[in-house]
Amino acid sequence: MTSIDDLFVRLKAEGKKAFMPFITAADPNLGFTRKVLRKLNQLGCSMAEVGIPYSDPIADGPVIQASYTRALGNKVKLHDIFDQIALEKPNLSMPMVSMVSYAIIHRQGPERFVEEAMKAGFAGAIVPDLLVEESGSLAKICTANQFNLIQLVTPTTPRERALKIAEQSSGFLYFVSVTGITGERTELPPDLVERVSWLRERTPLPICIGFGISKPEHVKMLAPVSDGLIVGSAIVKLMEQAAVSEESALAAIEQLVTSLLPAAGN
Amino acid sequence: MSLAHPQEANKNLTETTATKQVPDRNGRFGDFGGRYVPETLTRALDELVVEYDRAIKDPDFQAELNELLHRFVGRPSPLYHAKRLSKQLGGAQIWLKREDLNHTGAHKINNTLGQALLTLRMKKTRVIAETGAGQHGVASATACAHFGLPCVVYMGSEDVRRQKPNVFSMRLMGAEVRPVESGSRTLRDAVNEAMRDWMSSVENTHYIIGSVIGPHPFPMMVRDFQSVIGRECREQCLSAIGRLPDTIVACVGGGSNAAGMFHPFVDDHSVRLIGVEAGGRSSAAGDHASPLSYGSPGVLHGSYSYVMQDEDGQTSDVHSMSAGLDYPGVGPEHSYWKDSRRVEYTSCRDDEALGAFDFLARNEGILTALETCHAVAKATETAKTMSPDQHLVICLSGRGDKDAGELARLRGQAW
Repeated sequence: MTSIDDLFVRLKAEGKKAFMPFITAADPNLGFTRKVLRKLNQLGCSMAEVGIPYSDPIADGPVIQASYTRALGNKVKLHDIFDQIALEKPNLSMPMVSMVSYAIIHRQGPERFVEEAMKAGFAGAIVPDLLVEESGSLAKICTANQFNLIQLVTPTTPRERALKIAEQSSGFLYFVSVTGITGERTELPPDLVERVSWLRERTPLPICIGFGISKPEHVKMLAPVSDGLIVGSAIVKLMEQAAVSEESALAAIEQLVTSLLPAAGN
Repeated sequence: MSLAHPQEANKNLTETTATKQVPDRNGRFGDFGGRYVPETLTRALDELVVEYDRAIKDPDFQAELNELLHRFVGRPSPLYHAKRLSKQLGGAQIWLKREDLNHTGAHKINNTLGQALLTLRMKKTRVIAETGAGQHGVASATACAHFGLPCVVYMGSEDVRRQKPNVFSMRLMGAEVRPVESGSRTLRDAVNEAMRDWMSSVENTHYIIGSVIGPHPFPMMVRDFQSVIGRECREQCLSAIGRLPDTIVACVGGGSNAAGMFHPFVDDHSVRLIGVEAGGRSSAAGDHASPLSYGSPGVLHGSYSYVMQDEDGQTSDVHSMSAGLDYPGVGPEHSYWKDSRRVEYTSCRDDEALGAFDFLARNEGILTALETCHAVAKATETAKTMSPDQHLVICLSGRGDKDAGELARLRGQAW
């Protein structure tokens, strides 16, 4: 059992849904990343997803791209991120997962990456460019280390394949709401609820929905059919202000999270 | 010599293992290739594998493509004996495989017509493409105009600046050129942006990748469409020289003209194959675009191949004066050929390529694309070490009209 497994057992018993903000590490600096994590934890977020900035993020929309560019512009290194997260970890009761390109994992070596990520306090990783067919060797290392490898299902994933992905995933299953890149949407696909419900009846794994979620009405619509919701670009957009004023960025993030949390039943 | 290091011994063992029968069904060329993309694209890539397989077994598809290549593109492209150039150098006989004489002025059209036909077979109604030098953009715009498909071309804004004539041509044929302002504003950023478009549009859009890069099946499919270069060249050599050439030289950015030229010769062990990367200003990091010469294996744009990355896996900035070679990655089959030692890879600096431009212009009356000039420079160097009864072929992948303005700028001349 990882801390993520524990979290979903607890939430289920309490009849609650996970609320999971995504933030970019080191935008604009790691000190701010630590402050945001502390704030999210205080506000009662179930888990945090920490994006490791990558130079060529093809699944990301303009908001997260710009955030990654700002972080990398300050020449931040992976070991700096791990070091600072490790220092903050004792102050956090919520689990953390990393969102990281396989380009970065490969360069470190999968064993070393998992070892360092765990040392930093991460309970798992979401690797958006690692398909289930290519994930075998990393999955093995993750299993051996009790580190969750969270895989993704999208609207273009055929149903049989979705079941196969669910079998290979651990911690939870990341259900991508839209055919597209990350970023806020005013409307989500009409068949999303039906697709998630279908899969949820067929896998014991918790299912969390992400991409495009930014409004309380999205959260209200999706919370009943899922086990958790991920909000990324809407929060990352607010992080940009931190370069000018960390206080105002934190306040804006607090305001958004507080507006979304109750909709998730928390 | 009996105490070879075990690793050296292994390398020697793999030397003979390069085969034409790659990739495997997972898109692997040895260790290289594969598919590292978001799940959203998987279904479209699987459909493409199926449709491509059907198409190449369909005589009607082959007939239609061959007819187009013949009457629309002007194939076969000539194999031209550059006698004056050969005499000047005093070494091997130099032959030019004239892909620059194709319609649209480069080899890129061989691939875009094939993929446009596949687009229609898959009943997709829109095409996107990335371009560096603009040759693939022009070839995509051309194929789309020919078939009546809407076409959006992503192009780094730095490349829009340095390859203006091609931007104008694309627009004349009805394509929409979208300048990309992110990152280094070059080919790599254009690929990122095209991939992002495809993430949202994949259900009705086909992405015509212009080189032997990207996720499976692109590296295989683009190589196959470009292999018409090598197949023709092989026949033309047999008929003109009476035997296979001794050496073939091609430039390598993503590596499509080289892959198409080399692949039909992979089993012909008497033929020395040389790929030339962009050496830029120097061999210092950031000054060149030579992943096979100075990089290491990693993941970029959907496949596992040699790449210029830092120790964290972040893609490094690269430089080449030629937009088509200004790319930090390379096709996975080239990585496979490098590690199996079937192909020798070397690099050529900006100034050497510029010298080759003038040399070919003045001695043969051919203006050559700056990309291709890298191959010409290394080929002339190699030819000098060979004897006049030997034969060297250069893949003359594109013509240089598009570079006139940039050449003038580089030399501080009026244009």
